[in-house]
Amino acid sequence: MNTDIALAWRNIWRNPRRTLLTIAAIAFAALLLVFMLSFQFGTYETMINASVSLRTGHLQVQAEGYQKDREVRLALNWDDETEAALLDGDLRVVAAAPRANGFALVTSGSRTYGCMVTGVDPEREKKVSTLAAIIRQGSYFKGEDAALVGETLARNLKVGVGDELTLLGQGRDGSVAATVVAVQGIFESGLDAYDRNVVLLPLAFFQDLFTMEGGVHEVAIRASSLSEVAPLKAKLNAKLAELPHNGPPPVALDWMDLIPGLLQSIQMDLVSGLIMYLILIIVVAFSILNTFVMAIFERTREFGVMMAIGTTPGRLMGLVLTESFFMTATGLAVGIAFGAILTLWFESHGILIPGSDQIMKAYGISGRLYPKLSLLSATIGPVAVLAITLFSALFPALKIRNMNPVEAMHHA
Amino acid sequence: MHNELAWRNIWRNPRRTLVITTAVVIGIWSIILLSALTRGMQREMLGNGIKTLTGHIQIQHPEYMDDPVVDYSLGEGAIDKEALSTRLPRGSHWTGRIRVGAVAANARHSGGVTLVGMDPEREPFVSFIGGAVTEGRPLKASDKSKVVVGRALLNAYEARIGHKLILMSQDTKGEIASKAFRIVGVFDADLEATEKTYLFVPFGAAQQMLGLGDRLSEVSIVLPEMGEEKEVARAISQALNTESLSVTTWQERLPMLAAYLKLSDSFIYIWYGVVFIAMGFGIVNTTLMAVFERIREFGLIRALGMSPSGIIRGVLLESLFLLLLGLTAGNVLGIATVFLIAIHGIDLSALAAGTEMWGMPRIIIPVLTPTDILTANGVIVTLGLVVSLYPATKAARITPVEALRYT
Repeated sequence: MNTDIALAWRNIWRNPRRTLLTIAAIAFAALLLVFMLSFQFGTYETMINASVSLRTGHLQVQAEGYQKDREVRLALNWDDETEAALLDGDLRVVAAAPRANGFALVTSGSRTYGCMVTGVDPEREKKVSTLAAIIRQGSYFKGEDAALVGETLARNLKVGVGDELTLLGQGRDGSVAATVVAVQGIFESGLDAYDRNVVLLPLAFFQDLFTMEGGVHEVAIRASSLSEVAPLKAKLNAKLAELPHNGPPPVALDWMDLIPGLLQSIQMDLVSGLIMYLILIIVVAFSILNTFVMAIFERTREFGVMMAIGTTPGRLMGLVLTESFFMTATGLAVGIAFGAILTLWFESHGILIPGSDQIMKAYGISGRLYPKLSLLSATIGPVAVLAITLFSALFPALKIRNMNPVEAMHHA
Repeated sequence: MHNELAWRNIWRNPRRTLVITTAVVIGIWSIILLSALTRGMQREMLGNGIKTLTGHIQIQHPEYMDDPVVDYSLGEGAIDKEALSTRLPRGSHWTGRIRVGAVAANARHSGGVTLVGMDPEREPFVSFIGGAVTEGRPLKASDKSKVVVGRALLNAYEARIGHKLILMSQDTKGEIASKAFRIVGVFDADLEATEKTYLFVPFGAAQQMLGLGDRLSEVSIVLPEMGEEKEVARAISQALNTESLSVTTWQERLPMLAAYLKLSDSFIYIWYGVVFIAMGFGIVNTTLMAVFERIREFGLIRALGMSPSGIIRGVLLESLFLLLLGLTAGNVLGIATVFLIAIHGIDLSALAAGTEMWGMPRIIIPVLTPTDILTANGVIVTLGLVVSLYPATKAARITPVEALRYT
């Protein structure tokens, strides 16, 4: 067996130029796949983390139907006991923050806009979302009843820090919710809809204003990692059903329910990417198939001699397949090595795709994209290449079975 | 004679020729398919963008683009209609409209919307609202307090045709103006965001409610053909010749879409490169094999007086035939696939939330353009011949003496 391996390795170097070209083709495919898959996976993670940490959190507990209808009356009664029963002692929960949402006409001295008003718990919100970190002017909540507004909204309303806003909306019971509040800070998330359309108030102040009677609309939860989200959701839903409640029980929703477009666009991108990679691998396979075919046909005489001195066709086929495997494996090793180097370099430097800033901004990602090399992204592509090339090498190898030593030795 | 020789040469080993041809066929097939799908998506996204109240060209108050409020409006006199219509190519349509942020409310719900005051006679030729009303009726010139809303908005407000909706917005004096409108029609749009955002009321009703007199927010123009909007915009800008107007094209109004179109264009070119490299290795290797197993033959024809350049030409001709064979089959296959897909399109409705997020159409219908097909074929033939120069020069360097020694 050892002789066969040595023989196969020497055989592929009988024609170094052809072997090198074949190895280069395989290495090219492997390099491209390692880099592209790492890039895609890295981008998805950035997209998910950016979207989740800006606002939604990994999970939310909401009243049944709130996600769809967003109506003020679909509130959740959230108190310390409920929270203790649901979340306490679970290490997968990093932090939780209750919020309430409403709609109001927001008027400054000269301008009026219809805006979403959200009440957040100043201390707890810091641990769930990046809100405190994206204040560009003024400061985060300091304890008084004040408002945070988005950068575009502040510009449209022509207000700065310290200016007053008049809010006019409708409370949970249908009563008029009206107040005057000073701007404490201005935030910029990069997400246009958020910066243009949202006024944030301290939760207690909001609940008073919109007569929420202690109710909230969503409790955003940050989990310790993305992979803990699914088991945590199942546990929360089971517990929510057990707690006493009027009407249908509240539900726990994960980021995929909260931002369905995100998961679907990732799926779309991944599937279209995989189709393209498969096509690429097939083109490469046909590109190198000739090497495998020729490696057999130009050695017909040689095989005839070997069979005449007692080599079985099975052993010859094994030899030929080992040769193909060596070429592919060498190519893959080179491709993975260079692909990993390329990926790691970009992982530390980031990739700036010209013209895509605005598109990425819509996802809350600013500036550069970072690929992420993982065991998965470094191996899926090469394994697919290995499978498809070895499959294509099988066809010429099968021809050996039909060889007749006498005829083969007469082959010119 | 050369052609015939080269053609026969590539069939001396039919299996090898077919294998490498298959690589070329799959390569060109994937390029044609990818560019047709990308073009189809681009066309649809661009069409949607233009139809959604953008138009190819807009005329607005210079401040309106940054800060779309009622204060930045255009006076009736600011637009010289004569000058406008003479500068526009035949088949263009234009309309004036009012567009401001507003709040819509009923007993069930209230939320922010964009209030559009439209000219019922001209607007349908310019934006998507023409033909989009699927329930009830479109607005008529004689309507006063009537409104047409999107289906998604109607559902969110739990309203029906005939119900009333209160619209509130800031008027020119800075006061909150509010007015009740009766829903007469419901429109459907490709994107749910469009259905939720826009509310259409008659031009006059909006002017009266906002205290605009005869002023308007913008003039939107659609041209019969894409591509000439920049020249036309410049001509209009000169003809109207006033500092209180800004004439912009869709590229300035929809920078994100313009950036996306550019980005997806470059993806097509990257794919050209990737596929070509994958095929290139095969073409070089196959041609090299064909050269090296014919060393004696090349030596012989050199001895008979063929010049090295003649040999290069011969080898390149063989490569050219390989490429053309693959390209012909690949084009036929690619174009046939595109036509097959175009019958129903690729339906992405199952991923509607994802397509919505990117402003993509739900059904992608591939679009073939002659430019794309010609570029793809041109690139592959040119690059294929360039890489074949390597085996060809190898063949040309073979001397008769060397060849004799070779068995």
